[in-house]
Amino acid sequence: MRIVVASGKGGTGKTTVATSLALSAQEASSVRFMDCDVEAPNAALFLIPALDIRKEVGIQLPVVDEALCTHCGKCAEVCEFHAIAVIAKKTLIFPELCHGCGSCTLICPEKAISERLDVMGVLEGGKTATGINFTQGVMNVGEPMAVPIIRELKKWDPDPVFDIEIRDAPPGASCPVVETMRGADFILLVTEPTPFGLHDLKQVVGITRELGIPAGVVVNRDGIGDNSVETYCDEADLPILLRIPMERHFAEAIASGKTLVDAAPEYLQIFRALLESITARVAK
Amino acid sequence: MPSPFPDHNKRKPSFMKIAISISGNRLEAPFDPRFGRAAAFCIVDSETNLWTCHENPALSASGGAGVQASQFIGKLGAQVVISGAYGPNAFDTLSPAGIEMYLAPSGETLTAAEVLALFKAGKLSKADTATHAGHHGAAH
Repeated sequence: MRIVVASGKGGTGKTTVATSLALSAQEASSVRFMDCDVEAPNAALFLIPALDIRKEVGIQLPVVDEALCTHCGKCAEVCEFHAIAVIAKKTLIFPELCHGCGSCTLICPEKAISERLDVMGVLEGGKTATGINFTQGVMNVGEPMAVPIIRELKKWDPDPVFDIEIRDAPPGASCPVVETMRGADFILLVTEPTPFGLHDLKQVVGITRELGIPAGVVVNRDGIGDNSVETYCDEADLPILLRIPMERHFAEAIASGKTLVDAAPEYLQIFRALLESITARVAK
Repeated sequence: MPSPFPDHNKRKPSFMKIAISISGNRLEAPFDPRFGRAAAFCIVDSETNLWTCHENPALSASGGAGVQASQFIGKLGAQVVISGAYGPNAFDTLSPAGIEMYLAPSGETLTAAEVLALFKAGKLSKADTATHAGHHGAAH
């Protein structure tokens, strides 16, 4: 079973929920944890894996052999992202626009295009002290695109045997979030009961519906803000599966690098119940 | 009569095609200071003043608008382009293609015809580098 923890708004508690869910699930199942927030992965701070395997990843960039190129322009026409221009008998490549789809290489009638790996970041993996298979992607500073790294991370299989996979999603509601959600069985949406939390929740709910993946909500910092999230969830037929109250000692524990289940062991049972509820919803 | 294009006459034919970014479909339409996201381009023959207007296919591109717009005016045969700004990708496409980039003031409301007159009077400066950082990445 693959569960994605997403939120829309940043700082609502995705990693708090994802790490504690992993630790709670792990007692009964083998767990793989995947930190897909490749621009700022931080789950490792809480789960403390021994990251002992690494792999460089990126996209395949086209390289044009000017001796073979006839400047027919087919590569520029096929490129969805305008990463190749053919103008005045020159074929120009714009690496920052390229998504590495390979269409230009395939369409070139002269076989003048070859490809080279453009390294955009690394994948890292290892086990935590309690045996969780941990992987994360780390994007190089200055890279514009996170999706290729997330795509490679999802394919990366250092230890393919697992019962439950938990993906910690990036914030926002753009391509990296969509890529993280693709192929998942359930999306757990962590939000806070504020207008900003609600605004971004609606956006990610839109993505889950577009992808046709069942979703449920965790209301974090319950008790602050207003009840508009609750009203929306009622109207949108979106189950609220867990509420985590606003508690100063939770915040203090997390700020010092502890997980929620470390700080409040009663949450082990609560997260197990959450997992059972998710399992039942996926089975439906 | 002295030529308004002292720099070009040596290596270019006496007439040239000038692309002006516009929002509209005629020479009297307002100048559009955007390049990659210009609504349209007016291609004017410098000798005869005959013009044609072409909707910019890059207007709705999700990315790479500068590259696409550059290729578009290249295909239309422009040797000179006048706009209000050129991003790095537009600059890097137009430059090797030998299409010269001129800048027209973006603050005032000018028509393409007025911009053309300024160009012919030698009052427009050339862009020798990209005028701003790229937009790419902002939406991802």
